[in-house]
Amino acid sequence: MTDFPFLLLMIAVPAIGAAVVAALPKGRDLLAKQVSLGISLVVLLLAVLATAAFDVGGDRFQLGMAVPWIPDFGVQFALGVDGIALVMLLLIGVLVPVVVGASWRDELPGGRSMTAYFAWLLLLEAFMVGVFAATDVFLFYVFFEAMLVPMYFIIGSFGGPRRQYAAVKFFLYSLVGGLIMLAAVIGLYVVSNSQLGEGTFAFDALRGLEIDPGVQKLLFLGFFIAFAIKAPLVPFHTWLPDSGSEAPIGGAVLLVGVLDKVGTFGFLRYCLPLFPDASRYFAPFVLVLAVAGILYAALLAMGQSDMKRLVAYTSISHFGFIALGIFAFTTEAGTGAVLYMVNHGIATGLLFLVVGMLIARGGSRQIGDYGGVAAKAPLLAGAFLLAGLASLALPGTNSFVSEFLVLIGSFPTRPVFTILATAGIILAALYILLMYQRTMHGPARGVLLADDVEPPAPAGHGATATLTAPKRSLRVLDLDRRELAIVAPLVALIIVLGVYPQPLLNLIEPAVAATMSDLGGSD
Amino acid sequence: MTLTYYLVLAAILFTIGAVGVLVRRNAIVVFMCVELMLNSVNLTLVTFARATGTIDGQIMAFFVMVVAAAEVVVGLAIIMSIYRTRRSASIDDANLLKY
Amino acid sequence: MSETLPAEGLLGWSWLLIALPLAGAAVLLLGGRRTDRWGHLLGTATVVASFVVGLLCTFQLAGLDEKSVSVDLFTFISSGDLDIRAGLLYDPLSAAFVLLITGVGSLIHIYSIGYMAHDDGRRRFFAYLNLFVAAMLLLVLGNSFVALYVGWEGVGLASYLLIAFWYTRPAAATAAKKAFIMNRVGDVGLALAIFLMFAQLGTTDYAGVFGEIGTVAGGTVTAIGLLLLLGACGKSGQFPLQAWLPDAMEGPTPVSALIHAATMVTAGVYLIARCSPIYDETPTARTVVLAVGALTLLIGAIAGCAYDDIKKVLAYSTVSQIGYMFLAVGLGPAGYVAGLAHLYAHGFFKAGLFLGAGSVMHAMNDQVDMRRYGGLWKKMPITFATFGLGYLALIGIWPLAGAFTKDAIIEAALDRHDTFGYLLAGIAVLGAGLTAFYMTRLMLMTFFGRPRWEDGVHPHESPVVMTLPMIVLAVGSVASGFLLVSAFPLSDWMAPVFGEPEEAAHVIAPATVLLIVTVVSLLGIALAWLFVGRREIPVTAPVRVSPVTRAARNALYADTVNESLFMRPGQWLTRALVFVDNRGVDGAVNGLAATLGGSSSRLGRAQTGFVRSYALGMLGGAVLVAGALLAVTAG
Repeated sequence: MTDFPFLLLMIAVPAIGAAVVAALPKGRDLLAKQVSLGISLVVLLLAVLATAAFDVGGDRFQLGMAVPWIPDFGVQFALGVDGIALVMLLLIGVLVPVVVGASWRDELPGGRSMTAYFAWLLLLEAFMVGVFAATDVFLFYVFFEAMLVPMYFIIGSFGGPRRQYAAVKFFLYSLVGGLIMLAAVIGLYVVSNSQLGEGTFAFDALRGLEIDPGVQKLLFLGFFIAFAIKAPLVPFHTWLPDSGSEAPIGGAVLLVGVLDKVGTFGFLRYCLPLFPDASRYFAPFVLVLAVAGILYAALLAMGQSDMKRLVAYTSISHFGFIALGIFAFTTEAGTGAVLYMVNHGIATGLLFLVVGMLIARGGSRQIGDYGGVAAKAPLLAGAFLLAGLASLALPGTNSFVSEFLVLIGSFPTRPVFTILATAGIILAALYILLMYQRTMHGPARGVLLADDVEPPAPAGHGATATLTAPKRSLRVLDLDRRELAIVAPLVALIIVLGVYPQPLLNLIEPAVAATMSDLGGSD
Repeated sequence: MTLTYYLVLAAILFTIGAVGVLVRRNAIVVFMCVELMLNSVNLTLVTFARATGTIDGQIMAFFVMVVAAAEVVVGLAIIMSIYRTRRSASIDDANLLKY
Repeated sequence: MSETLPAEGLLGWSWLLIALPLAGAAVLLLGGRRTDRWGHLLGTATVVASFVVGLLCTFQLAGLDEKSVSVDLFTFISSGDLDIRAGLLYDPLSAAFVLLITGVGSLIHIYSIGYMAHDDGRRRFFAYLNLFVAAMLLLVLGNSFVALYVGWEGVGLASYLLIAFWYTRPAAATAAKKAFIMNRVGDVGLALAIFLMFAQLGTTDYAGVFGEIGTVAGGTVTAIGLLLLLGACGKSGQFPLQAWLPDAMEGPTPVSALIHAATMVTAGVYLIARCSPIYDETPTARTVVLAVGALTLLIGAIAGCAYDDIKKVLAYSTVSQIGYMFLAVGLGPAGYVAGLAHLYAHGFFKAGLFLGAGSVMHAMNDQVDMRRYGGLWKKMPITFATFGLGYLALIGIWPLAGAFTKDAIIEAALDRHDTFGYLLAGIAVLGAGLTAFYMTRLMLMTFFGRPRWEDGVHPHESPVVMTLPMIVLAVGSVASGFLLVSAFPLSDWMAPVFGEPEEAAHVIAPATVLLIVTVVSLLGIALAWLFVGRREIPVTAPVRVSPVTRAARNALYADTVNESLFMRPGQWLTRALVFVDNRGVDGAVNGLAATLGGSSSRLGRAQTGFVRSYALGMLGGAVLVAGALLAVTAG
């Protein structure tokens, strides 16, 4: 069973699916949606089966395959996953069907066809799988840059009013990082050529190199800047609020939930094992960026009036925690950081989706345009609150486990940074509860108010009758079945992984421990 | 061997051509000046070919002539069509292709 | 600490204590409107069932030789050196809390059936209450600091949901948020204490931490103690994090009774008592606990004197009484049991007082202003009687509960035999006088005097489902002090946790202490009668009052300090950072893009469209290249 090409199929199936969906005649939107949903569910199934076939105690990289691609330069089409990549593949498998479902009712102005959107989504899925599954640095780079294309079109063609600006900004930022990384990738090739006699991009071979510390620092920076832009760490972050708020909700979920994780994944997979000395040298600087990002982005999130921008800023804050966990160089913190990557995808994904559902009802992204929604849409409010609680890492939700692991693991080696980061959880409570209170609590107000057809229902005991302006009340539908079907799996994952995270931890920990030994073993 | 005379002549012709290209406005004159420059180069090529006793330079001169002929055809056609639309053969009048 | 054994028999099933109310909450929340008709009954039944299980477990525990059993459930988080197992610890301390939580919890659930009968959100209310009970039980039953932390934030969430229960009121929504945030400040302290324990000892479970704490350097232990205290202050509404508790009264009154009087706010006391092995190692932290307790005791009592809102007076009273408990547990071995006894007695009488207040509000169309009450004793005899007993118990009239438990604390303070001890005892006695004053004021304004009701208010006694729990709690208020201090001493029950009680050499005989406290209390009552009882009470509060009254009405300016020290600078900082991010960081990026675009269009100007200038350029370039070539070959 382990010879079964899971990874290749997980790239090929959505890629072929994208071609099929793109080839569908215009106007066959429903068919496009059904095909996309089917394909994304097949990928989820493959991810689950791959996890079942993965031997936790076995080799570091499993389910692998390698065929020569550009033999002259030693480039291979080499795939393989460790525990870290595997959980990311699971996350992709879960999120894409959810995103397809969430985009089911999206409409474009002028009745334009949505088939292209779903084709880009599937192509993005193929590239995202590739980027996590690649074990050849050049292949990784190719997927890293290729991901930009579908995301550029998803933002630029299907986004909000300032979508062109956001898409170009996203593309340029990522491209700058990517090109710097390309230089470093080539640098690695040159080093391997001089040390091994023949150049290679194979991760396992590169890991064994003894690179001169000065060169290490340069190459580290090349990779680091690309990943820091992708993640994003402060001060490379300003593209995310624009992209996150202008992208369609589905795109935003994948952007923040998965795409940005490539950055933190890259820290852990490439920066630490390949450049251990440089990693240790730069760790204090990275930690400063991480902790500054936690606090700075949290404060900024509080100051936002646009809900999608707010969620984007919370993500920047969360990425600070992930970076802290990775650069604390302990197994506990590293494991927590990887789990954080998964949990953040689920929790922030849900938060984006719920915010999107609210925006779909009111047509405005401004917090000030809503108020008292909980009274009329309790399920929406409940999902919103749960997503928010997961975002502020309340115990019992999945994020608590990861945030706790990151902090408790970082404390022994980096107490000062950890104390500052821990203060961030107060700010997290503030920005989530402020948004929740303003939109869901309080008297009814905002864009959802509509003239009453019938007299308002009598208020309950204790709830005084001064709730609504006379003859106007909220007109808002609660979650329908489709939306419940989207929200339910994420809610279930939040709770289940909050109470029993150990299965995921078992997958992640050996890979992180191996990474940490790479880091410690080469000096 | 009086290589110098040929080369000086070629240089003078080239200079006349270059100055003509720079200072004249009439497209036909500019065109002829370009031809003058090309032919001065041809002269140089033939001169060196004769001096070194190889035929490479002569072959190159033939190439230049062929390309020049093609260029004359295309160039005159362009000048003709510009003259027809603008009633002018001054190259300063055709300045639409800019920033 | 005595040996901890794996649980057998019914104790092995003690996880049911948590699972039952949790399942109740899940059914009610997920079941939706289908459960509206019987949801409140299910919610009550699960808590009563928990109480029965708790009783049976406690009986079994009483029969064991080693009074400490653990229940190992599953691996919660395991990575690297960190191994956190989800497990429960059932020992006399947690048993006492389990019985208090489920017992008082059951009564308040029953009361709420009546109190919330006409509210559309009754099912939701019971779901949240069940969630609270489950989280609170996890807090006291967990066998590690992580389990405690999970319960700790869980009760914070339940508290948030219940304070904001009537969320369409802006005040309720804001109060809930404030409570959560201030609790989070405390939670950071607790979390850091846990990190410090893991860094020093490599474990977070009670057995490991308490067994090894002696090996940790003194300064670190003090740091752990202070961080734990910060957590305790947040949850228990102690100085400097006391400001959220009175605002929390925006929640329905049963919530105030259960969460913000009897159980959740005493979690800080539980934490310090549970961590007695840590505090035994650090006299510094313990002194800070004493100072916090004494200070809060006074702040609460002073603020309680000035408010007209019946629930706020009771809330400040709670703040003050928990100050007593902190003072007690800060005294060390001599005080733990005294503090816990007071906690227990307080659980009875304060819950009873809140339920009584709820009953009054129920009768007065949700009016909370005591200036609009008066003369209610005739209309509501049962409420009056139960409230009166709670009142007497609170101010410590012998032989009701407060007399025993409060005096025990004062005695423990005196037994320190030093100036600080005498000072603490003095503060405690002063606090007792203030307590007598504000409670008597409350009694006089509510039940006596001429009715000052608003038009259309027709007070009536509450239904049996509400009065019954009040009666039970009143009985508890009367008897618990005597039972816990004299008849079945709590100190014997707690001996496995805190060690055998020592017979301290009293400087001042307990009878004398009782006499002094009684005299001071009577003085407080007399003053209250002088100020409030003698004359007519205006229906609006007088505006021109002394600075002292004004300070007390503003709760000694705690909110003002919070606002001007944290909130406004925070808002300013946020606004400034948004500006910096948009104009500075993003501006730099966009500025770079604009510069590139601008310079490209300026360079484009060179393309004039004049063929001859291009030709000149070409010539110049050719000359340059030729010149360079010459220079290279010649040079």
